[in-house]
Amino acid sequence: MTTNTQAQAARLAVVSAGLSEPSSTRLLADRLAGATRSALAEQGVEAEVTTVELRDVATEIAHNFTTGFPGGALRGVIESVTGADGLIAVTPVFSASYSGLFKSFFDVLDNDALTGKPVLLGATGGTPRHSLVLEHAMRPLFAYLRTVTVPTAVYAATDDWAASDDGLTPSLPGRIARAGGELAALVAPRTGAAARQPQAAEEEVVPFEQQLAALRVEE
Amino acid sequence: MTATTPIQFGIFTVGDVTPDPTTGRTPTEHERIKAMLTIARKAEEVGLDVFATGEHHNPPFVPSSPTTMLGYLAARTERLILSTSTTLITTNDPVKIAEDFAMLQHIADGRVDLMMGRGNTGPVYPWFGQDIRQGIPLAIENYALLRRLWTEDVVDWQGRFRTPLQGFTSTPRPLDGLPPFVWHGSIRSPEIAEQAAYYGDGFFANNIFWPKDHFKRLINLYRDRFEHYGHGTREQALVGLGGQVFMRKNSQDAVNEFRPYFDNAPVYGHGPSLEEFTEQTPLTVGSPQEVIDKTLTFRESFGDYQRQLFLMDHAGLPLKTVLEQLDMLGEEVVPVLRKEMAAGRPAGTADAPTHAARLAARDAGQDRAATQSEEAAV
Repeated sequence: MTTNTQAQAARLAVVSAGLSEPSSTRLLADRLAGATRSALAEQGVEAEVTTVELRDVATEIAHNFTTGFPGGALRGVIESVTGADGLIAVTPVFSASYSGLFKSFFDVLDNDALTGKPVLLGATGGTPRHSLVLEHAMRPLFAYLRTVTVPTAVYAATDDWAASDDGLTPSLPGRIARAGGELAALVAPRTGAAARQPQAAEEEVVPFEQQLAALRVEE
Repeated sequence: MTATTPIQFGIFTVGDVTPDPTTGRTPTEHERIKAMLTIARKAEEVGLDVFATGEHHNPPFVPSSPTTMLGYLAARTERLILSTSTTLITTNDPVKIAEDFAMLQHIADGRVDLMMGRGNTGPVYPWFGQDIRQGIPLAIENYALLRRLWTEDVVDWQGRFRTPLQGFTSTPRPLDGLPPFVWHGSIRSPEIAEQAAYYGDGFFANNIFWPKDHFKRLINLYRDRFEHYGHGTREQALVGLGGQVFMRKNSQDAVNEFRPYFDNAPVYGHGPSLEEFTEQTPLTVGSPQEVIDKTLTFRESFGDYQRQLFLMDHAGLPLKTVLEQLDMLGEEVVPVLRKEMAAGRPAGTADAPTHAARLAARDAGQDRAATQSEEAAV
């Protein structure tokens, strides 16, 4: 994972739940990150991309369910995702939805950890017939997480990787470019702002007098 | 009476009834309860300072009635401080807590303190007529009432969660007019660290199942806020920590013997390996020297502290094994820890709280106040 922090670079986190090596899910994730990087560059914003393969932390994710804490490399992965200016999340379609591993990763985050974060969604599958998984499975999940999800989500079926632009519907590269542009538009203004706060370095707390006053407890 | 010490060592028990994975046998509730009593008395015998029992209201746990158990132990021990880990401040009536623990103070001649906790078993809240979403407000309001019941002879009270009280006196009054010392236990809520700091009470970070960085933040917050509220310096704040150990003379014997208990433990079984868990959390499985070494790292992470409790008797470990563990803890581990921790302790670090020491401090303070008011009168 990248750790250098340039003063005004936008931090993009890319989460890929692909399982094979190489995987078309990772391929799509990289293409989406590339398109976002290009669109940011056009606005004069440099991008610093951290890509996470959930496969690499699959065991730690499972352990997080049994122990209640992120062990090993998972903790750093979570910090890179929750601390990013923008997130690209891509999953293969398994059994008519996102993969269990993809869902499990988002299950172990605090439920307000992604609130307000710009997110671009992608999914891959063998046939185009699962493309609405983006709309009926992924968007509701990220709506629950209160992310700001860009309008274009990108689905890549196997055939898409060889399809040419037929002039009727945008080709995969066209959809990727549009989605990357949408994410860049949300990320650019945030760069260097709120997300720059160190993650959980200190606990914050409401002063106790306020908590007592809220209950009108007499001492 | 318990002598003043820089740091108190003891054990805390969850009171789980768990099958022994090596034999498949599950103790009866009666056997488990009697075992807990034997373990507590053994703690005193091997020179430990504290025994604390959990409070649970669902199987497979037996200790639903802590002061009954601690009352018995008060009669069967001489020096041991009797405590809880934790007392549910959210679902118990604070009036009953005030009464039960003041009574226990008298029975035990002051060898009593308690640890407040919210409880993490969802259904316990509705079973006791409460709402889990109000966990923090319940902890705040109930504790505010509990303090008043202990410090004011006649209380008029109206709150959000309990029937009002008019002209109520909680009996018996605390021993020597000094309520039991209170620890606030938490594993993740900064609000509770803040509450402990506000009152100048102790903060117990039950760190046994989680990595230390998380608890560093909570304990730092508590120390900062303790100072902020004028109870003393950060170093004078009163911190307690958990620990969890299994020992044999030879490290590998400890690992081999404990592994089936670890692998099947209700809390963390079937998850990470024993090796991963010992690396990431305070759990130590090895020789007494390894336990000493690991425990001595706690003060480096969290600062010098006042109470160290070990979890020794869960996951179906047989009573005989637990008693052997306590022998090793009392004979080989704690004496070394006492010496090492006393040696490096910065001046000004608070001693562990006891009834006698707190009473002396209070009376000294009153004498000073009386002298000052006499001087003012002249």
